Amino acid sequence: MHSVRLIPRLDIKGPNVVKGIHLEGLRVIGNPVDLARKYFEQGADELIAMDIVASLYQRSPDFDLMRSIGNELFIPLTMGGGIQSLHDINNFLRAGADKVAINTYATRNPTLLSEAVHQFGAQCIVLSVEAKRSSPGHWEAYTDGGREHSGLDAIEWIKRALDMGVGEILLTSVDFDGTKKGYDRELLAAVTAIADIPVVIHGGAKDGMSLAEAVNDGHADAVCVASILHYDEYAIPDLKKTMAEHRIPIRHP
Amino acid sequence: MARICIVDYGIGNIHSAMKALKRFTQDVSLSEDPKEIRDAAALVLPGQGAFEAGMEGLRVRGLLDEVKTAAAKGKPILGICLGAQLLLEKGYEFGEWEGLGLLPGEVVHFPPLKDGAKTPHMGWNSIESALLVPSPPGRGCPEQSRGAGEGQERGKAWKGTVLEGVNAGADMYFIHSYFLKPKDPAHVLAETMYGGFTFASVIGKGNIIGCQFHPEKSGKMGIRIIDNFVRLAQNAARR
Repeated sequence: MHSVRLIPRLDIKGPNVVKGIHLEGLRVIGNPVDLARKYFEQGADELIAMDIVASLYQRSPDFDLMRSIGNELFIPLTMGGGIQSLHDINNFLRAGADKVAINTYATRNPTLLSEAVHQFGAQCIVLSVEAKRSSPGHWEAYTDGGREHSGLDAIEWIKRALDMGVGEILLTSVDFDGTKKGYDRELLAAVTAIADIPVVIHGGAKDGMSLAEAVNDGHADAVCVASILHYDEYAIPDLKKTMAEHRIPIRHP
Repeated sequence: MARICIVDYGIGNIHSAMKALKRFTQDVSLSEDPKEIRDAAALVLPGQGAFEAGMEGLRVRGLLDEVKTAAAKGKPILGICLGAQLLLEKGYEFGEWEGLGLLPGEVVHFPPLKDGAKTPHMGWNSIESALLVPSPPGRGCPEQSRGAGEGQERGKAWKGTVLEGVNAGADMYFIHSYFLKPKDPAHVLAETMYGGFTFASVIGKGNIIGCQFHPEKSGKMGIRIIDNFVRLAQNAARR
């Protein structure tokens, strides 16, 4: 049975995992390698590790750190942060990534997506979208860790990326990120309605029930979780148990 | 001489395969050199990507004969994902291409799937013992219950194979749009159902083994397959 993925996300700044609210006001959570191992042991189905300041500061991520995060894990890894070129993607893959998430530079140079799909395969290329509500039923795609306007309508931008063949969408609600009030179900529904590829929802996970709703009502293919794990409010088995109680197929590690 | 050589034919994430093998043995190398591959006691064909690109990657490095010779000599060969697909005779991704032909069969695209199942088939899915799933590949199998104890019981059909110790119903990590279609049902070690369609997820005959999923990415159950293969390779090296 095909199971729904629960994916912890590590936002990395310098040597630390950090977490904020609305992608701002970042607090240090801990050591990336230790947290990655902890979530693997708890039964994470994948892991996302993002250097969240690389594109803002226009520098390369710490590939040695990225490599050591992956060293003890035997689950798929999505990595990202500051990707500007096929060369950068290759560096992430060499550091142990199975997939890379691209946002900022793709909004300025969309052909990067189609070139990346052609070179590395669709399964490897994740479009990361940081969506912020601009008016009822509309969202703008933000960049640089939710800081900068792209001027692009998020839904139109996703349609373009789908045409370019990306393999997965990592959908972050800037409005809901870190708030622990549940996912932005309206945003999720708008995206899953048009996407014929897996959609990973991120931003606002509150509890197991909010994860179950995103899957059952919002048709998310995977749920991405940060704050409630980082602050030890829940462990992964608790969240999966609630999902299973709502008839969602989950992986028993 | 390394006992296990990961064949680097220029495609896919070879590092994760290396990382997983190194958990069980340090006697492992990564090479595109025909001589080193010839001298190895066992081979791993990793890979991800298109069928033709994979065969071309082997061809330009002069590795087609090396892999075939290793198979003929009875050396254990583990194909992963694309590497598993290349073991068969033909692939139909972007055309029609000749494979290594170590096992009879073909690699074909998923048919239209039910329940809104998307391709590529990406993510975690369970594997079942083909011996206990009554229908042949392509006909759909009944939903299996997934109690852990029962999984161990059903997994007994895998005793003596590379899947020994893996629970039936264990989840593995898949990324693919094309699937393994061996000619002989006896070469199907495990099956998986996706979108109402059942396909071979592990194939094998003697020393030749192919996993459609990524055991090196499939958590503790997947790593058990790597462990089993390492032991198979070590035994082969002693012979």
